Amino acid sequence: MSGIITLTVDGTEVEVEEGSTVLQACEAAGKEVPRFCYHERLSIAGNCRMCLVEMERSPKPVASCAMPAGNGMVIKTDTPLVKKAREGVMEFMLINHPLDCPICDQGGECDLQDQAMGYGLADSRYQEEKRAVENKNMGPLISTIMTRCIHCTRCVRFATEIAGVPELGAIGRGEAMEITTYLEKALDSELSGNVVDLCPVGALTSLPYAYKARSWELSHTSTIDVMDAVGSHIRVDTRGNEVMRVLPRINDDINEEWISDKTRHHIDGLASQRIDRPYMRGANGRLAEASWDDVFAAIAKAVKKAKPSEIAALAGDLADAEAMFALKTLIETLGSPHMDCRQDGSVIGQQGQGGYLFNSTIAGLDEADAIFLIGANPRHEAAVMNARIRQNWLNSGLKVFRLGEAVDLTYPVKELGTDANILDKLVSKGGPVITALKNAKRPMIVVGAGALNRKDSAGILASVSAIAKAVNLVTPEWNGFNILHTAAARVAGLMMAFLPAKGGKATADIMKAMEKGEIKLLFNLGADELNFSQRSSNTTMIYIGSHGDHGAAQADIVLPGAAWSEKDAIYVNMEGRVQHAHKANFPPGDAREDWAILRALSAVLGKTLGFDNLDALRAALISAYPVFGNVDTAQPARPKVLGRKQAISDLPLTTAITVANRGAGNSRNFYMTCPISRASVTMAECVKAFEANNDVKAAE
Amino acid sequence: MSISRRIADEQPDHFAFSAENKKLIKAIMAKYPKERKASAVLPLLDLAQRQHDNWLPMKAIEAVAEACDMPEIRVLEVASFYTMFNLKPVGKYFIQACGTTPCWLRGSNEVMRCIKDKLGISSGQTSACGKFSLLEVECLGACVNAPMVQINDDYYEDLDYMSMSVLIDRLDADDVPAAGSLRGRQGSQPEPAPTSLTNVVDFKDASTAKKTKSSPKTTKGKGDGHA
Ligand code: SF4
Ligand code: FES
Ligand code: FES
Repeated sequence: MSGIITLTVDGTEVEVEEGSTVLQACEAAGKEVPRFCYHERLSIAGNCRMCLVEMERSPKPVASCAMPAGNGMVIKTDTPLVKKAREGVMEFMLINHPLDCPICDQGGECDLQDQAMGYGLADSRYQEEKRAVENKNMGPLISTIMTRCIHCTRCVRFATEIAGVPELGAIGRGEAMEITTYLEKALDSELSGNVVDLCPVGALTSLPYAYKARSWELSHTSTIDVMDAVGSHIRVDTRGNEVMRVLPRINDDINEEWISDKTRHHIDGLASQRIDRPYMRGANGRLAEASWDDVFAAIAKAVKKAKPSEIAALAGDLADAEAMFALKTLIETLGSPHMDCRQDGSVIGQQGQGGYLFNSTIAGLDEADAIFLIGANPRHEAAVMNARIRQNWLNSGLKVFRLGEAVDLTYPVKELGTDANILDKLVSKGGPVITALKNAKRPMIVVGAGALNRKDSAGILASVSAIAKAVNLVTPEWNGFNILHTAAARVAGLMMAFLPAKGGKATADIMKAMEKGEIKLLFNLGADELNFSQRSSNTTMIYIGSHGDHGAAQADIVLPGAAWSEKDAIYVNMEGRVQHAHKANFPPGDAREDWAILRALSAVLGKTLGFDNLDALRAALISAYPVFGNVDTAQPARPKVLGRKQAISDLPLTTAITVANRGAGNSRNFYMTCPISRASVTMAECVKAFEANNDVKAAE
Repeated sequence: MSISRRIADEQPDHFAFSAENKKLIKAIMAKYPKERKASAVLPLLDLAQRQHDNWLPMKAIEAVAEACDMPEIRVLEVASFYTMFNLKPVGKYFIQACGTTPCWLRGSNEVMRCIKDKLGISSGQTSACGKFSLLEVECLGACVNAPMVQINDDYYEDLDYMSMSVLIDRLDADDVPAAGSLRGRQGSQPEPAPTSLTNVVDFKDASTAKKTKSSPKTTKGKGDGHA
């Protein structure tokens, strides 16, 4: 492995790994080096020259970000020469940079502004004309003011290396250099918003957030994203009670420092289409405002009328663990076995934790040397994880095979078609994918929602299990069996067995029973992806949730819940990582945290739940399911033999979430997968821009 | 509108390499390893430009991108980096006039003035007749015979106001003069006659180290010392 080298920075000796740069050595010595173009997660460009330091035996200052650290080097970062050199660089930088900080959105959090405080001269010596550059169209998420660009090329490198969409470039040269996309179209990436964070100046800023707030007016809350099952670490910035923006927090085990465009920009949906008071369907068949007392009384009546076996509960994709636990406890006390947290109808969850987690862990994607995707589309189902797979492919030529819809994943994929029947053939006859997995040190199979949402998913899982065994997927050192979840709520639901109890019905059966009128009362905790229009008229549906979407529209009684930013809650990501999200703002109007609504309701029903605050609830949750006590660590487990013998149908294997327009079908578009993102105008604009991009492509 | 003012607003709908150029592309590609197709980007851009009246439409960029297996924006970056590639139509005679210090010291301003006077164009423009385009460029490596201009593929050197004027007139009549010094110098030899190396060892006799006194030799052919 790489050795350790020793060098001197400003008189102190530091040890760094071989292959480090001088800049990294300076950081190791605790010296701050200003930089614009250098970024830890991007390739080195060495074009801004801001990071100049003095190096012994070098006649000129050197760019520390591009200089490999060598044994015995003597580096100085705080000499007058260094200061003067950096001042020179800064002066050149400011020649063509407009001094429009007061009207620039980056103002207050701008690298250039900050560095200019340290290295800028008080007056400008520049008398000549300044450069002006036309703004570029980069889609509905990125605002461009290209005169401010300092040509660090971070955005170009991000698009090319991380996002895998080489569409940004620097055309022209010298003073005439311009950053642009080819043909002025929106960046075809789910990660495009990250270039806004990367841009050290105000050239690329967030378009939906343009001129909305100044950075110093905002309060910050560290929390967890729920737009997919990755559980990205985010920071929510609020002003007053309004969520102004979402930024990534660094977590190397999960999202590194990226977040998807949906995570970043769905937030305008938080404030629209809100259910802010209880509603009840009146005699005229329309939902009308009602008081808490009235709706609770109506629910009590409905509960009394229904037999325990006629009551059911469903939990949706954004439900937090506490709410699901409260609902589960309530349903159990009411004596019903019918509940399910899998509104997609998948059959995972009843065969142990190892059977439904992303067992290799997200960081494990860096180590994998062969991946077999089955009905999974990481690009749209877990965008930041796809960036990791791409990095692995870039760095070490990872082999990726896919059975399922051929969506462009930004790296080469060996296609096996869309016929799931070949799985059995792979078990009996083998093939290149089996050979590759067998020869791999760290093989991974990733089963996606596209394979799990089908009626024959048990059969698919059984075949996958057989393949896993054949290729030795799980060893004591490595667990290569993975389920790629798409819903933030799912794993927590599975962990607490929010599943049909003995004799209980699963989602599809509950839906059927409601059509027949066999289930008379349904508690719907934010399950919005189902169609309840066929249910019998003598059934009652109680919807608890934050947004007026499919679920609320079809309910008889609507209880206003809190959206993700408005509650302290536990979410478990697809690795089984239990994470605590924090409240950033307050729910609107009468809306309350979901668990509190259920607790209050339980008292009215005479079945009072045994906790009256969040801590007591969490204690009860942990004592019932100890996995919830193990916070912030992935909890992979050995998968058991999964699925059961079942014929696999000829239906082509599609992906659950993608951006492709599949017509009016039930396909879920990446930008709109939940009630909140469907309520977001920004997300709607992304869908439009994406379609326009596709039209351009089609016209070619 | 195009993404940059340097790119023509009006673009042809099609571009395809000619059969002859396709053969050449094969030969060029053969020089590079299979997975390094991008290495051929410059020669291919050059081929495309020669095929297309000395300028590169976006469709040609795309054709080169496909042949070199590169993203389109990467090819556009290359094409826009080098002044030798034109992203807008240019006249039949594309004048690249050097304005870098050696040429400037030797009177490139006069050359520019002549072009302005005769054709009414400055850098980046095409004459009203459509026959001439001018681009001011940096050093083209013929400083020894400064000032100089490059017209299409040829260098014209030792210019001044008058000779530039004659040059334009002749080109206007499509009477293309021989390239090289317009003062009749051979290569970049001193005027009026060589002052050094008058005593040249004949290569053939070098083994015998016999020195012969020879008359000053001049290199053959038109042109200059920079080839
Ligand atoms: S737009 Fe921003 S990130 Fe991109 S090159 Fe310019 S300054 Fe750098
Ligand atoms: S940070 Fe080193 S050159 Fe830009
Ligand atoms: S300066 Fe004009 S050719 Fe070198």
